[in-house]
Amino acid sequence: MEVRVQNVRKEFDRFPALHDVSLDIRSGELIALLGPSGSGKTTLLRLIAGLEMPTAGKIFFGDTDASEKTVQERNIGFVFQHYALFRHMTILENVSFGLKVRPRSSRPPAGEIRRRALELLDLVQLSGLEKRYPNQLSGGQRQRVALARALAIEPAVLLLDEPFGALDAQVRRELRKWLREIHDRTGHTTVFVTHDQEEALELSDRLCVMSQGSIEQVGTPDSVYDQPTSPFVFGFIGESSELPVVVENNELWVGGRAIGVPAGDAKPGKARLFFRPHDVELIEADASLSGVVTTSRRVGGTRRVELAIGGEGQHVEVDLPFDHPAGEKSRLAFRPRRWKLFPAA
Amino acid sequence: MSTAVSTARRQGWSFRRPSVIPGFGLTLGFTLTYFSLIILIPLLALAIRSAGLGPEGFWKAATDPRVLGSLRVSFVTALIAAGVNVVFGTLIAWVLVRYRFPGRRIFDAIIDLPFALPTAVAGIALTAIYAPNGTVGWLFAPLGWRIAYTPAGIVIAMIFIGLPFVVRTIQPILEEVSHEIEEASATLGANRFQTITKVILPSLTPAILTGFALAFARGVGEYGSIIFIAGNIPFVSEIAPLLIYIRLQEFNYVGATVIATVMLLLSFALLFAINLIQAWSRRRYGYGN
Repeated sequence: MEVRVQNVRKEFDRFPALHDVSLDIRSGELIALLGPSGSGKTTLLRLIAGLEMPTAGKIFFGDTDASEKTVQERNIGFVFQHYALFRHMTILENVSFGLKVRPRSSRPPAGEIRRRALELLDLVQLSGLEKRYPNQLSGGQRQRVALARALAIEPAVLLLDEPFGALDAQVRRELRKWLREIHDRTGHTTVFVTHDQEEALELSDRLCVMSQGSIEQVGTPDSVYDQPTSPFVFGFIGESSELPVVVENNELWVGGRAIGVPAGDAKPGKARLFFRPHDVELIEADASLSGVVTTSRRVGGTRRVELAIGGEGQHVEVDLPFDHPAGEKSRLAFRPRRWKLFPAA
Repeated sequence: MSTAVSTARRQGWSFRRPSVIPGFGLTLGFTLTYFSLIILIPLLALAIRSAGLGPEGFWKAATDPRVLGSLRVSFVTALIAAGVNVVFGTLIAWVLVRYRFPGRRIFDAIIDLPFALPTAVAGIALTAIYAPNGTVGWLFAPLGWRIAYTPAGIVIAMIFIGLPFVVRTIQPILEEVSHEIEEASATLGANRFQTITKVILPSLTPAILTGFALAFARGVGEYGSIIFIAGNIPFVSEIAPLLIYIRLQEFNYVGATVIATVMLLLSFALLFAINLIQAWSRRRYGYGN
């Protein structure tokens, strides 16, 4: 089901949580709402679910206006960060709950409910645990039960609120891969909220980056990563280093030295240069960024070097292979291979 | 708690569990001494005293019609009062936890007053209000309903003193039951009624049972407030604690201890059963850990 969020605004007691947000979610896609805490991503998800009502604007499910519909009528599957399983019910009862509470006219027969619930438990790889209670499962298992429970009602849209937020790193990675598989198999339109950019990049078809109650950028993970449209997105998605520069004569200058990076069509004056720490080349030329190594530490397969550049001692980070000979030096000169220039704030 | 239970199961029963805090012997010794002095010895004395009659004499004293009548009045009214308290106590706890309104804190503090008020004061106040010419009683008088000086009055007094127990046991658990499970229930299509009956109330059951047990126990043991409102007619509105007092005044100490022992046994059996149900549900659902 296609979901259209149209000029939605949400205020909590006069405090604006979302300003005029519009977003088109395509049928069958897996889209991530990504942003720091307080960016409004969870609010947007809850508005789509109907757990909150917008102050202004509309939300469409397909062609029907869902804005006035209650949560129950919207037929959505919602997965909470802390699972929100019913502790007094067995796993099987949890999964069948959504079907059992339907009015008699649309409720499948008991045998059918049971069959479907067991099928879903099989899908989430929890066969054989149907008689257990949530209390007896691990966090990862609980979240899988929560997903099976949400899928049981055949939701129009599947909404996940930081679904892996409460799990440890290894389980998270596993579940991430597994959620992708489930999505590919079932094809539900899925929206998930996360503050973990790695999770969003790996899992989603499209990303919607949010900040301070607005959408900053929407696009595929690659396009958002490669062509961030704002300093915020560059800084938030992936690693980044920032340096204040001056544009003059179609070149970038730092501390009165040209650094060998063309300015393109940027206007003369002050600007902010962004690049990825791993996307640099070390060179031995005058026209380069050179700085004094202030710290250097190995992180797994790379060495992260922090440099102080220019007279004002700006700090930037650069990644080298951990066994690169330059890692031993006290001075480094480099040029970013790819970069992005934004006007100075 | 659940981990303690599961380790105990795996390793079988063990007398001593390793702990980082030393002093197991000391604390257990203290606990047992204290427990003996305060609870065990008085209760034992009671049992020994009443056992002086021999089994036959005990049975005869215990099955005396007036004793049976008073026990019936005590236990039936206490059960009714605890039942009423569970319903309205849950409601009050719900309102206090879920809603924000002016005066909520004051209201919250008032709940505890029955704990603190001398029971005789409560009894006299209730009698004054519910007597046929009282503030509330006159409303019912034309209908022919008498509240004070009947078993209904006993129930009212027991409701009064038992209410805080129910509210205070349910309140913290209700705060713990997250708002999310209500939302989860709603997203799955359950309406408000289904959410309450199928999701919220079952998760409160252990707390409700505890509240019921406490209110019941308090009601059975209550004396001060009830004797003012009850009317104290044998076989109708004479409670067992009052009969004990009457026996004492007749210098029939053994008779008094017999009634007390029977009351204790009955209460203990009921409370123990409720505790078992609770322990079972806690182990299973993991509430209250």
